Amino acid sequence: MTLAGLLPVVIAGSLFIWFAQMIPVIAAGDTLRFVWEWVPSLGVNVSIYIDGLSLTFALLITGIGALVMLYSARYLAGHVHQARFSLYLTSFMLAMIGLVISDNLLALFVFWELTTITSYLLIGFSHDTIKARRSALQALMMTGVGGLALLAGIILIGTTAGTFEMSEINKMPGVLTESVMYLPIAMLVLAGAFTKSAQMPFHFWLPNAMAAPTPVSAYLHSATMVKAGVYLMARTHPSLSGTDFWLWTLTIAGAVTMVFASVMALRQTDLKLALAYTTLMALGALTLLLGNTSGYTITAAVTFLIVHSLYKAALFLVVGILDAQTGTREANKLFGMARAMPITAAAAAVAALSMAGFPPFLGFIGKELKYAGAIAVASEPILVAGAFLVASALMVAIAGIVSFRPFWSKSGAPIPNVKEAPWPMLVGPVVLAVLGAFFGIFPDVLATSLVTPTVASILGDAQPAKELKLWAGVNLPLFLSGATFVLGFTIYAYKLKLRAILIDLTERGPKFDNGWDKLMAGIASGSKALTRMIQTGVLYHYMVVTFGTALVVLAVTLFFRSTGIPAIALPQVQLWDWLVFVLVLSGAILVLVTNSRITAIAGLGVVGIGMAMIFILYSAPDVAITQLLVETLVVVLFAAAALKLPSLNAEPLRKRWLDAFIAVGLGIVSTIILLKVTTGPIDRELTTFFETASYPQAFGQNIVNVILVDFRALDTFGEIAVVLIAAISIFALLKSKPEEEKP
Amino acid sequence: MNSVILRAGARLQIVLLLVFSAYMMLRGHNAPGGGFIGGLIAATGFVVYAIACGTADARKALRFDPGSIAGAGLGIALIAGLLAALWGDALFTGQWLFIGATETEKGLPLSTVLVFDIGVYLVVLGAILSITFALEEAV
Repeated sequence: MTLAGLLPVVIAGSLFIWFAQMIPVIAAGDTLRFVWEWVPSLGVNVSIYIDGLSLTFALLITGIGALVMLYSARYLAGHVHQARFSLYLTSFMLAMIGLVISDNLLALFVFWELTTITSYLLIGFSHDTIKARRSALQALMMTGVGGLALLAGIILIGTTAGTFEMSEINKMPGVLTESVMYLPIAMLVLAGAFTKSAQMPFHFWLPNAMAAPTPVSAYLHSATMVKAGVYLMARTHPSLSGTDFWLWTLTIAGAVTMVFASVMALRQTDLKLALAYTTLMALGALTLLLGNTSGYTITAAVTFLIVHSLYKAALFLVVGILDAQTGTREANKLFGMARAMPITAAAAAVAALSMAGFPPFLGFIGKELKYAGAIAVASEPILVAGAFLVASALMVAIAGIVSFRPFWSKSGAPIPNVKEAPWPMLVGPVVLAVLGAFFGIFPDVLATSLVTPTVASILGDAQPAKELKLWAGVNLPLFLSGATFVLGFTIYAYKLKLRAILIDLTERGPKFDNGWDKLMAGIASGSKALTRMIQTGVLYHYMVVTFGTALVVLAVTLFFRSTGIPAIALPQVQLWDWLVFVLVLSGAILVLVTNSRITAIAGLGVVGIGMAMIFILYSAPDVAITQLLVETLVVVLFAAAALKLPSLNAEPLRKRWLDAFIAVGLGIVSTIILLKVTTGPIDRELTTFFETASYPQAFGQNIVNVILVDFRALDTFGEIAVVLIAAISIFALLKSKPEEEKP
Repeated sequence: MNSVILRAGARLQIVLLLVFSAYMMLRGHNAPGGGFIGGLIAATGFVVYAIACGTADARKALRFDPGSIAGAGLGIALIAGLLAALWGDALFTGQWLFIGATETEKGLPLSTVLVFDIGVYLVVLGAILSITFALEEAV
């Protein structure tokens, strides 16, 4: 194994140990918080907050991360881009850790987007296939749009609560739920959470994301990244939950996703896809449970979160092993592989028993709690419990399809000459499966160290976490468990027939993926049409729109905001002024009547020089010099270009009337504005400051220049940067060949 | 444009305009002028030269690529602004040195402000010339 493969394992492992040593502090009911002010003027802090919720996630991220990275060190050994893969995966892990330990919502958002970007890179890792590129882009767009909504939601939270520190907001009861902005905030935050955690109708990117290498699916798309949305709902739960909106949105979205996904999982023949849909089911269940505020539902959510991460990552890795050793992950081709790969088979069996919810595995406790939670929900206990029953029964069947059939079934012949996987790939599934069994037998270990503090950070002290027990007595959840197994075995027995029906149904029904493609194509063609409409490429159109808009905006403002037309006081006008006026006017008339471009340019030059003379008359020599020089250069430049242009043709009369209207209108409007400005009092504060401060402070008597290079040097720097950028753009335009017109 | 008189005149005027542009830039702090105006004057000299003798000759006379001149100008202006950091002042705070200053005479003033103005001069010169040369070569 190479350094590129092993280094991430070391990083993830050390981080896991570092987080693990915090367990005693957190389990004792304390929280840790470190703050480093980053942009204090905007309230952006790098603040780290570690409570039960953060720690649970951090341990899942680093622990499963270490195992997955060890696995991929072998899985991708010899791949050309192994180092690149390790970099992506490690960056993702660090972003994910940042996401769950940030207290500041803006920092959380930055890490949120970083996980989106690293996920994009990982899904598109096999970038030479169209499918991988499309799936990566789809995931990026979907979660990116959700991220934008989340940003808007976060800003609203910040302005409503007055702080971006989530730990402080959660201590202000009702600050968000009772504000007028509650509905927009909740909708925007949930839009972010639902897209990230692939709730209906935003779910379709997750199965497509299975184009990524299997370790990525195991890590990002089952155990960690898709749980970021769940994390967000849990983190904001104290401030946003408890309303009807929250309860019903999460219940309905979660229940629909859960049932839909578990039915769709049965339809799949690709084992990895089947697992992807069961992940969707788990995310739906977590969303549903987080909609409530009772101790049972939240304890169920936290326990199921941990259970699911353990068994699902293990099963993904098992499917990856099957794929790597046999070359296929089709359910119809894999039978009886247990003899060839006994350790994989054992790990798969243990993980699947946890998934199906058999005692004494942790999955059983998770399932019992889900039923207990379902009965305790505030919305519709019977419907919710029914949804859980259907989904859990399907989980039993799918656990059988994924891990019983390929290893133990005698329905088909095993693939010959298959070897057991090498040890680095076995460690992950075995450790995760064993942990599922261990926590099932000793649930108190998990309850005191992680579950209770996590429930406390979601619910506060109001509702303590419920106990995790293997044997909770003869009660309703136990009966429901029994019913689950009966239903599950029945579904497993008839799986082939059911799958055929489902495939038939889904072939006929509408496809979300097609809708997505149509939406994307629509956006692309819409923006193309819009661009073609507003970017005609004809200079005349731009000028008409620009000056026409200026005219309308100024005239309307003038009409509504001011009264009367100021009088023009003629006596102040000197003879010199009249001469300049005649000069400018004759230049303008020359431009209007001539048919020769050179004459028109010269006429414009006359107007410009007249302006320069006005500047001189009113003692602004710097401006006058600049105006004169620019005018000269413009004439020279135009003359160079005009030599190659056809001569001016007479325009149609209608066009000229429009031009005249805009020109005359703008002239009148700007004259009125100028007169109004000059008749009003002028604030000379700045002028006085520069006059008195220029020489003593900046050793210069030319105030204009002193302002340019000293007082406002930063502005000037920005301006010369703009000059340079403009020059580069014009240079590029002139040097580039015009694109061939496409037919 | 092929005219012997214009070519001879352009060679003469470019020298005068360049000297004049330097003079205008240097006097800028106390009298009308400055880096922007100086750069425009210098650019005018080269533009006329390019019309008279062709852009190839004008590029040769300029010695450096106009785009590089503009880029260097922006860099110089930035450095002039950053120099303030050496004295612990805010960005773009002018730093002055009066060489040979006595009780009555203020001596020869040198400053980062002048360096900044030279940067402005070079950006304006380079930007205008890169546009003009490209335009004349395109038509």
